[in-house]
Amino acid sequence: MSDTLEKVQAIVVEHLGVEADKVTASASFIEDLGADSLDTVELVMAFEEEFGIEIPDDAAETILSVGDAINFIDSAKS
Amino acid sequence: MRKVVITGLGVVTPLGGDLNSSWKNLISGKSGASTITKFDPAGYPCTIACEVPLGDGLNANDGSFNAEDWISPKDQKKVDTFILYGIAAAEMALKDSGWKPQTEEDSFRAGVGVGSGIGGLASIEKTALLLNEKGPRRVSPFFIPGALINLAAGQISIKNNLKGPNLAAVTACASGSHSIGEGAQMIKNDKADVMLVGGAEAAICPIGMAGFSASRALSTNFNEAPEKASRPYDKDRDGFVMGEGAGFLVLEELDHALSRNARIYGELKGYGVSGDAFHITSPSEDGDGAYRSILMAIDDAGISKEEINYVNAHGTSTPLGDEIELRAVERAFDGAIKGLSMSSTKSSTGHLLGAAGAIEAVFSVMALNENIIPPTINLDNPSVETKIDLVPHNAKEKEIRSVLSNSFGFGGTNASLIFSHHYN
Repeated sequence: MSDTLEKVQAIVVEHLGVEADKVTASASFIEDLGADSLDTVELVMAFEEEFGIEIPDDAAETILSVGDAINFIDSAKS
Repeated sequence: MRKVVITGLGVVTPLGGDLNSSWKNLISGKSGASTITKFDPAGYPCTIACEVPLGDGLNANDGSFNAEDWISPKDQKKVDTFILYGIAAAEMALKDSGWKPQTEEDSFRAGVGVGSGIGGLASIEKTALLLNEKGPRRVSPFFIPGALINLAAGQISIKNNLKGPNLAAVTACASGSHSIGEGAQMIKNDKADVMLVGGAEAAICPIGMAGFSASRALSTNFNEAPEKASRPYDKDRDGFVMGEGAGFLVLEELDHALSRNARIYGELKGYGVSGDAFHITSPSEDGDGAYRSILMAIDDAGISKEEINYVNAHGTSTPLGDEIELRAVERAFDGAIKGLSMSSTKSSTGHLLGAAGAIEAVFSVMALNENIIPPTINLDNPSVETKIDLVPHNAKEKEIRSVLSNSFGFGGTNASLIFSHHYN
C-alpha cells in the first residue's frame, strides 16, 4: 500500500466517518462513501493541508474518487 | 378559534443534560455556576459561567450531556455547539410528545422555530483566528452553515422531517420567548398543526465573555464563589452569569392533540410583545416596555390577572434590570399582587441569552404541572421592598393556576408568555 493511499484513507475515514475497508481506489466520494458537495470541498482542503500542496478549484472538480485524489497528489508531489 | 397546547418538553441546561435532572436540581436550589473550563479564563474580568455538564459517555442517566447520543462525531464537527444543544433538546421534546410525522401531509403541517441570541459565536471566533493564521483556503465549507442562527431550525427540520414553517427569532435574550410566541401564532393562524419551538445558545467562549464583560453586563465580584454570583433582587448582585444550553416545547393545535390522546401539559394562552425604543442595552427606566408586554399577554390570554399566581421573571441579576422588571410587574398586577409569587430561575441556571426564555417556558410549564415554584437562590437581602413573594432560597409548593414568563433583550425587545392549565 502506498504512503499516499494510507494517508488519504485516514483522512477520508476521519471526515466521512466510513469504514477503512470501504475506502478503495475506485470508491467515489459521493456515490460510494456518502459525501455531499461540501464534504468534498473539506476533503480537498484536508489533502492540501496533509500533503503541503495546492489543489486549484478546477482540478478539485475532477477529483471524484479516492484514486483520483491519490493520482493528483502523487503527480503534484513529484 | 384554534387553541395551542403544549405536549412535549425537552432541555439541555447547566443543571443537567435532560429535563429530569435539570428540574430536580432546579427545585432543590442548586447552582450551575463554576469556574470556566472551556478555556483558561485567567485575566478575564469574569472567570465563571454556567456550563452544561458534559459526560464521558460511559455513565448513562448520570444527568450529564453526551453529544454522541444525539449526533455522530463526524457531524458534530460541522455544527456549532448551540446547534448541537438545539438538536438534542428538540429531539427530547419531540420524543416526549409521542408524535412524529407519519405522512407527507403530517410533515407539511409541522414546523420548527428556534431562536438564538448570537448563534455560532465560538465558531466565528475560531475561524477568524484560523483565517488570520492560515489564510482563506483553510476556512471550512461547514463554517457558515454551522454558525448561522437559523441553521438550528434547519438541522432540526431535516433530522425530524418537519416541512412546515421554518423560523428563527433573533431578539437577543428574548429570542427563545419570541420563537415560542411566534410558533404559537403559526398554529393559531392555521399555517401549521404542530410547531417544535425553543431556543439554543452556546456563547461561553473568549470573545463572548470579553464582549459581555466590556458592556458591563457580567458579574465580576464572585469569581471566588461562583455559586453565589447569580443573585437576582439581592442587594449584592452585580451582573449576570453566562449560561448555555437549549430548551424546546412541542406546541400542538388542541384538536390535533386530543385526537391522538396526547398528554397535554397545559395551554399557551397569552403572548405579549413590545419594544422600548429607549437604549441599546438598558431597559427603559420606567419599565414601560415590560409593562406593556405583560398587559398585552394578559389581554391576549383573556383571563383576569388574579388567575396568574406565578411569574417566572426575566431577573438576570443585573443591578438595573431586576428592579425595573419588579416595578413593571407590580404596576401590571396592581390590585392583584396578593398571593403572587415571582422567582428567577436564572439564579440557578445563569443567563442562557437566546435559550433563556425557552428553558424558562419549560420550567414554567413544569411548575404548573408539579405545583412547585422553583426558588430564587442567593436572595439573602432584597434590595427593594415588595409585596410580591420572591421565593428566596427554597422551592415552594403552591397550587398554580397560570404562569407568566417574561424575557427582555438588548435593543429593547420584550416578550411575555402565559401558560394555563388545559381543562377538557
